Amino acid sequence: MRTPRTTRRTLLAGAAGLAMPAIARAQAVSEIEFYFPVAVGGPITKIVDGYAADFMRENPDVKVRPIYAGSYVDTLTKAVTATKAGNGPQMAVLLAVDAYTLVDDELILPFDTLATGAEDKAWLNSFYPAFLRNGQIDGHTWGVPFQRSTIVMYWNKDAFKDAGLDPDKAPANWAEHAAFAEKTTKREGDRTTRWGVQIPGTGFTYWLFQALAIEAGAELANANGTKVNYNDPACVEALQYWIDLTAKYKAHPPGIVDWGTTPRDFLEGKVAMIWHTTGNLSNIKANAKFPFGVAMLPAQKRRGSPTGGGNFHLFKGATPAQQAACLRFLKWVTSPARAAQWSIDTGYVATRPDAWQTEAMKAYVAGFPAAAVARDQLEFAVAELSTHDNQRVTQALNDELQAALTGRKAPKAALDDAQAAGTRLLRPYAR
Amino acid sequence: MAGVRRETLQAWALILPALVLLVAFTHWPAVATLVDSLYTTPKGSRPPRFVGVENYVALMDDPVFWRALHNNAVYALVTIPASVVLALLMALAVNTALPGRPLLRMAYFTPTMLPMIAVANIWLFFFTPDYGLFDRIVGVFGMGRHNWLGDAATALPAMMAVAVWKEAGFFMIFYLAALQAMPPDLKEAASLEGSSRWNFFRRVTLPLLMPTTLFVLVNAVINAFRLVDHVVVMTRGGPDNATTLLLYYIYETGFRFWDTAMAATLTVVLLALLGTLAIFQFGVLGRRVHYR
Repeated sequence: MRTPRTTRRTLLAGAAGLAMPAIARAQAVSEIEFYFPVAVGGPITKIVDGYAADFMRENPDVKVRPIYAGSYVDTLTKAVTATKAGNGPQMAVLLAVDAYTLVDDELILPFDTLATGAEDKAWLNSFYPAFLRNGQIDGHTWGVPFQRSTIVMYWNKDAFKDAGLDPDKAPANWAEHAAFAEKTTKREGDRTTRWGVQIPGTGFTYWLFQALAIEAGAELANANGTKVNYNDPACVEALQYWIDLTAKYKAHPPGIVDWGTTPRDFLEGKVAMIWHTTGNLSNIKANAKFPFGVAMLPAQKRRGSPTGGGNFHLFKGATPAQQAACLRFLKWVTSPARAAQWSIDTGYVATRPDAWQTEAMKAYVAGFPAAAVARDQLEFAVAELSTHDNQRVTQALNDELQAALTGRKAPKAALDDAQAAGTRLLRPYAR
Repeated sequence: MAGVRRETLQAWALILPALVLLVAFTHWPAVATLVDSLYTTPKGSRPPRFVGVENYVALMDDPVFWRALHNNAVYALVTIPASVVLALLMALAVNTALPGRPLLRMAYFTPTMLPMIAVANIWLFFFTPDYGLFDRIVGVFGMGRHNWLGDAATALPAMMAVAVWKEAGFFMIFYLAALQAMPPDLKEAASLEGSSRWNFFRRVTLPLLMPTTLFVLVNAVINAFRLVDHVVVMTRGGPDNATTLLLYYIYETGFRFWDTAMAATLTVVLLALLGTLAIFQFGVLGRRVHYR
């Protein structure tokens, strides 16, 4: 009598054992996918995959799959195309300035309608306001800050010493900046062996220009993204200063300086000061063979830099269960400790004040004070230029800036043309 | 009668696989593009609206389109003859008995085998001011710094140099194959008659190479409009659209500005342009190339 019963029980247990994981998976595990770009050096994909694995260990009911999708533009292209074809990701890390495009195309959901609890609201308010601003459209918050940056100035202390300047003092304003650049420019006959300063003009021309424009007291676009002020007198002043660094002070290479080779020029000692993203901090720290400093950008009417970089965006295709899982993952990955670690690993600016109060961050800043410069500059930071039809409206500015920098147009004429083009493109949204 | 029908059916069945692929991936997209170019770009919940030729009219007013067209014309007019002549010279060089000939052939062919994106990154550093390869070379002759890619006057020529370097080796292979297929008795007969080498080349070799030249020209024309990878890596169309080529502008319009209707319009213009050129090449040149 014993034997058959045992057998039956064993069989049942076996069957239940076989069936259980499938049931558990169907009931409780939410699978989410997100696309992310890599825009700076370093093992970014490994770090992001590590975060996903750590999160899943702590949250076995959520399965997170990060998918590396190329550059920012590639990631946007892939996310939008896949979403329009009906099998897009639930989230994607995309340029903060592309929020208008995503909202206008009705592709993403605002976070504030999802994060409604008191704790959720507190989380959404815990970021630096300067980083949130690009994602705030029509009274909603559409982006959660993640890989964010600003522009800072890197300077070569040896070059400063060589030119008889105090190696530990960065220029505080435009006049000093031009004078220092002039002094650190080194010539041998007709040849310039070291330039004073380089402000790169390819790729993100408008971004670097926006820093100058903010300092001169201009705002490039209104808060609704429906109007640009490209030919504001302060903008003309800003562009004239950029050109004067070459034409008047002979301290900046003529023509357009490449974004990608500028850090290399700096590391090779071919230039004393460069304006570049904080995202390059780790690269320069690892490869500079000379002492260097990191400073806030010099002031004219005021200090200032635009913010930059990418936010998390939540796509419409996500089911309610997936939306909840996304929110949990975002709260986890942007927690103070994780934000601090991400900043230390990559050079991106930690996105919330309390991340800078963590022990790990305090120890890092104590050993490498330059890391805190970007944080301190956030006080003066302004949201990056972003409007409806963003890529096209900023491209109009890029083209005209490059025309002025290469000497084909006078600054005022170039900015007038950019203004006309921007206004024409924004006409459908200006109503 | 029944036999003929069976034969027709069989013929259709035989070409069906190729026809399905051709229609699905070539003809249908072309027609769909033409249709899309007559509508507005759908935005969010706003569906596309029929606007007729409005997109084409708008294109006529777009200064960047004219700039891209002009750039592409210059690009084609320089890179096509340059790469074809260079290819012919290289093929003639490696066709003669020369020590280290296989090595030389391989060296000429290497640019074709390398992926364009990798090549563009290498050339990016060749063109770097001050310490790039070209500035070091001209520096030896006492010339100063050149911002090759950052100057509107030199950026497009720099792009063309990369294209010629990339293309010439590829076309050389076709010329080399044609030269090797040439019967050696022609050469013997010519030398018996005391014909000079230049005369032989002009009167015999070159006419016999004409079919190859037509083939190479057709490919070169297509490539002049198709090869834009290095623009993406090296200049992104800058400075101030000095290196914006037609296909690059289509990509920007379609996948950066998300104006799919305008991108379709541009594509139709490019298709029409290439179609016209192909008809001209096969119709007019095609009749004259064969040695009779």
